[in-house]
Amino acid sequence: MTKKKSMQNMSYEEAFQELETIVQQLESGDLPLEESLDFFERGQSLGKYCSDLLEKAELTLKKLAPSENGAFAEVDFLLEEE
Amino acid sequence: MQPCGSLCAKGLLLHDAGRLDLPLQQRGQIQLTLPSVLGMLRLVKTISFLDQQTPYWSVTEITSYIRQSLESDYRLQDIWISGEVSNISRPASGHLYFTIKDSGASLRCVMWRSQAAQLARLPQTGERMQAHGHISVYEAGGTYQLYADTLRAAGEGEAFREFLRVKSLLEAEGLFEAERKRDLPVFPQRIGIVASPTSAGLQDVLHVLERRFPLATAILSPTPVQGEEAPAKIVSAIEALNSALAIDVILIVRGGGSAEDLRAFNAEDVVRAIAGSTAPTITGIGHETDLILADFAADRRAPTPSAAAEVAVPDRQALYVNIYEQRLALKTIFQEGLRGKRKMLEQCMARLRFASPRVRIANARQRVDDHLRQLGIVISHHIDLHRQEISTLSRTLNAIGPAKVLARGYALVLQKEDHTIIRSVHQVKTGSTILVNVSDGSFDAAVTGIDHALDEKAVYRTDSGLE
Repeated sequence: MTKKKSMQNMSYEEAFQELETIVQQLESGDLPLEESLDFFERGQSLGKYCSDLLEKAELTLKKLAPSENGAFAEVDFLLEEE
Repeated sequence: MQPCGSLCAKGLLLHDAGRLDLPLQQRGQIQLTLPSVLGMLRLVKTISFLDQQTPYWSVTEITSYIRQSLESDYRLQDIWISGEVSNISRPASGHLYFTIKDSGASLRCVMWRSQAAQLARLPQTGERMQAHGHISVYEAGGTYQLYADTLRAAGEGEAFREFLRVKSLLEAEGLFEAERKRDLPVFPQRIGIVASPTSAGLQDVLHVLERRFPLATAILSPTPVQGEEAPAKIVSAIEALNSALAIDVILIVRGGGSAEDLRAFNAEDVVRAIAGSTAPTITGIGHETDLILADFAADRRAPTPSAAAEVAVPDRQALYVNIYEQRLALKTIFQEGLRGKRKMLEQCMARLRFASPRVRIANARQRVDDHLRQLGIVISHHIDLHRQEISTLSRTLNAIGPAKVLARGYALVLQKEDHTIIRSVHQVKTGSTILVNVSDGSFDAAVTGIDHALDEKAVYRTDSGLE
């Protein structure tokens, strides 16, 4: 059975892969009726989640700047810099 | 002696000049200049004068002689000269004239129009250049010159040698092997970018990422991409990304430029850093024809920064299509599954109906009905048979029964009270009531007289007061 991870935390990749898995399992055909229903609903939710992610996403820009101890910190980055 | 192929600025080398047979010394050649040659020729002239030979050289003769001497020296026919260029002129003829010099001497050069036309650009005064050609004499001007066929910037030769050195070294170490190339992640969430922060290449990359896969986070590791400090800074930029958190892929990009501009991406350190990167690398360095070692070391190479970004991420539009297809498949498969299940259910119901006790009951009922019917038939039959028997018996009975007897006129006489059959006169007395059955009915009667006429037991008496 799939691990029912809370959908909000899933990456696009995870969500889409789960959707594909669900489709494959339904295709293989031997599920009890109730499980089929559950899978179907979850698949619909995952599909919608993926679509939403794509639609609402905005590219996040960061820049590596050296910090005190010699390591690097990620700071926000504006494209219009100079 | 200077190595073969380079001009000895200290003087001309004459050998086997025919009339002049001058010994060459190991150190410090005889300082020969044209004036000193002429001086020697004067000496020869003096000697030959003594010999009664041709007393004078003409200028043409001597100059021609010098020219032939130079041209017969194979070491002067295929040489590279390195120095600083100046006095550049290119008159209408198209030929290129310039001087190449260093601190000790200078050399006039000429490059004919056809070869000069092939130069990518003209040299500039003060530029360090390398020229290739042969030495000869411009007789009309009384000068010796380099007749140049090739001219290149001084760095280029070294750069190319360095390129070859690094290439064969790293190739031998296996850094360019195809098996080393890693697969790129399909959905990179964190994309590192090594680029100059002000470059158009970076802008291109970010636009492509925004358009195709805005889900990602782009992390710039800024660095100069040309100049002296570029190689070291590029290496640091790559290492910084590799030490940062969970970078899925690194793009190393810069826009197009000359071979000199792109030098940093052939530097051994840079190429090693790319090959050794923990995250997979994609190079997007704009160059048309030259080979760039960084491209060989990366896991993927792309011709431009934009192309590198396109390789790195999937296209949002294509992803939408994928999602749509999956959802469609989901629905279709689910509905088909339902249909399948429904069909199975109906089949089961059919079998159930077929196997239901109702049927057996109905069957049984039918059998009962059949039996009953059968029974009815049989009983009827029996009853008929009986009836027949009864009527037969009845007829028989009738035949032998009292009715016929009565019809013949006999009467059946019974006691009135108990219907006992009266057979004998002894059963009655005068006055008793009797019932008389005749053929068509019965009537009551009273005995009015008795006659013992047929009685065997009667005693013969006279009829005197017998009661």
